[in-house]
Amino acid sequence: MFRKVATAALGGLLVAAALTACGGADESGSGNDDGKLTMGFAQVGAESGWRTANTKSVQEAAAAAGIELKFSDAQQKQENQIKAIRSYIAQKVDVIAFSPVVETGWDQVLKEAKDAKIPVILTDRAVDSKDTSLYKTFIGSDFVLEGKKAGEWLVKEYQGKSDTVNIVELQGTTGSAPANDRKSGFADVIKADPKFKVIASQTGEFTRAKGKEVMEAFLKANPKIDVLYAHNDDMGLGAIEAIEAAGKKPGVDIKIITVDAVKDGMTALAAGKINFIVECSPLLGPQLMDLAKKVVAGETVPQRVLTEETTFTPEQAKAVLPERKY
Amino acid sequence: MKAVVRHRLFWPAVMLVVLLIGNTFYSPSFLKVTLRDGHFYGSLVDILRSATPLALVALGMTVVIATAGIDLSVGSVMAISGATACLWISELGDQNAVGGVLVAVALALLLSLVLGVWNGFLVAAIGIQPIIATLILMVAGRGIAQLITGGQIITVNSSPYKVIGAGYALAIPVSVIIVAVFVAVAAVLVRRSALGLLVESVGGNPTASRLAGIKSARYIWIAYVFAGLCAGIAGLIFSSNVSSADGNNAGNLIELDAILAVVIGGTALTGGRFSIAGSILGAVVIKTLDITIYTVGVPTSSTLLFKAIVVIALCLAQSPAFRAKFARRRSAAEATA
Repeated sequence: MFRKVATAALGGLLVAAALTACGGADESGSGNDDGKLTMGFAQVGAESGWRTANTKSVQEAAAAAGIELKFSDAQQKQENQIKAIRSYIAQKVDVIAFSPVVETGWDQVLKEAKDAKIPVILTDRAVDSKDTSLYKTFIGSDFVLEGKKAGEWLVKEYQGKSDTVNIVELQGTTGSAPANDRKSGFADVIKADPKFKVIASQTGEFTRAKGKEVMEAFLKANPKIDVLYAHNDDMGLGAIEAIEAAGKKPGVDIKIITVDAVKDGMTALAAGKINFIVECSPLLGPQLMDLAKKVVAGETVPQRVLTEETTFTPEQAKAVLPERKY
Repeated sequence: MKAVVRHRLFWPAVMLVVLLIGNTFYSPSFLKVTLRDGHFYGSLVDILRSATPLALVALGMTVVIATAGIDLSVGSVMAISGATACLWISELGDQNAVGGVLVAVALALLLSLVLGVWNGFLVAAIGIQPIIATLILMVAGRGIAQLITGGQIITVNSSPYKVIGAGYALAIPVSVIIVAVFVAVAAVLVRRSALGLLVESVGGNPTASRLAGIKSARYIWIAYVFAGLCAGIAGLIFSSNVSSADGNNAGNLIELDAILAVVIGGTALTGGRFSIAGSILGAVVIKTLDITIYTVGVPTSSTLLFKAIVVIALCLAQSPAFRAKFARRRSAAEATA
């Protein structure tokens, strides 16, 4: 009995899948004929608030620019993304944009897109392919630059003082591009002055819980900490709890620099618990749509386009916080 | 003396002491516990406090493993529990209302129980292999948690909720008290009644137990419900500690740490005899290892290697076969020399 029900259910699912597949195929025919630009966008997933804001930005910008968007969510799996890109090729979209889940293994599917004469734009994350003709451009943040901006603020903050500045660092997920680059950019700037000393640096895996746990240990092992540099807001927020539990005032006793500028981080910045945030903006939708139009029109675009980003002090955070979307 | 060395918890205890002493070389005040702002403060307190979610999950896992099963879904249940509570609290008019927070906690625990019942149903009633049955909820549960949080981190600003994971009572962390009480009740329940014996018999030989008149399915079912409840409480402690719910990262991979804690504690994965005290000690050893890495400053690129070496050393020391071989070789070498 159970088996029969299961078979029936499975059969039903297959039929449904087949139907939706047909629906997709029908749609593709109409995409090119009405003169409207069609973009296939393969997103990584919805793994963080940052990513959700990124998705929203792309969807809203496409609607505003009059571009028809075919959107797929890869749920953090490369094979899903490759499948989505292949289906976009089959549907003959005008341009494909995607944020690669991982850096490697894209040559084959990108070649297929190139053979079908569909331009590809990378967003937010890069691929390590040697053949740069496989994609038109890469738009996204420069993580090294973000680290540098954090370092520059620190240098300015401690200008004219000669005392040693003890810095602890909460790194992102070990081996990830943002963690590596934010660390090296920051280190490059502060190494010019020997008074800056990074006395402890551990991974907080980009999460609040780990950020708190690691900061607790830092506070016990190092009696004098002047500055905390966290590779994202969430670890910084976790660390703030640890600092408060240790009876110290975050932002005053220990100065805090973070990267990202998500809403919770900005709230803490406005409250003076964080001193400086370097923005890593997910809102690259409008820039992406401009690029897509140019690429399809055959105009040349630079190989690397930076997202428009800024930095925030507490005063600036207070000003922009009310309309902060993510 | 020999009895002490042969005790199955001897080597984990040695490892714990070695790690604690090792830390004092890098941070001389490591073992010092002081009173600050009216509560105990120090690395030892941190270790106990941050080990609480893992200890609870390991407790549930121990009972499940004793029935010769395994529960891979505990991390997802943690995420769901925390997400449910935080979502409920975030929609309260007054986030500091104790009544509202209690409802949120009750709701989260109820949901965890339901998820435990679901696992138990798949394993005990349908007869699906435990690793497959709980894999379903491990994967799907992560999706449910993300659905509840809407893919965002839900931040709450509720002082009553914060008490669970970050508060203190009588200068002791509340989370430690919760776990201590829970472990004590569980220990009394399984050791002072026949419950523990029945669970062990089901895990040791389900057929023989059934023929002896024990309703195997019922005890297996109870074990999964218990594991679900443990994971639910762990999820509350975890999310309350940082006053937020992260559907994507909360309890991620904790099932593996919990299984490791159970193994370090001397419970065999094949089921049968189990040791609650061992699993708790295992959880504390794992957390001490984490904190050691931060304190000593092991470079991030080699932290996993460091962990692996410690765990391998510990497992080898615990293995009677390895110790026997090692002893024989040494005595042989002495004989030839």
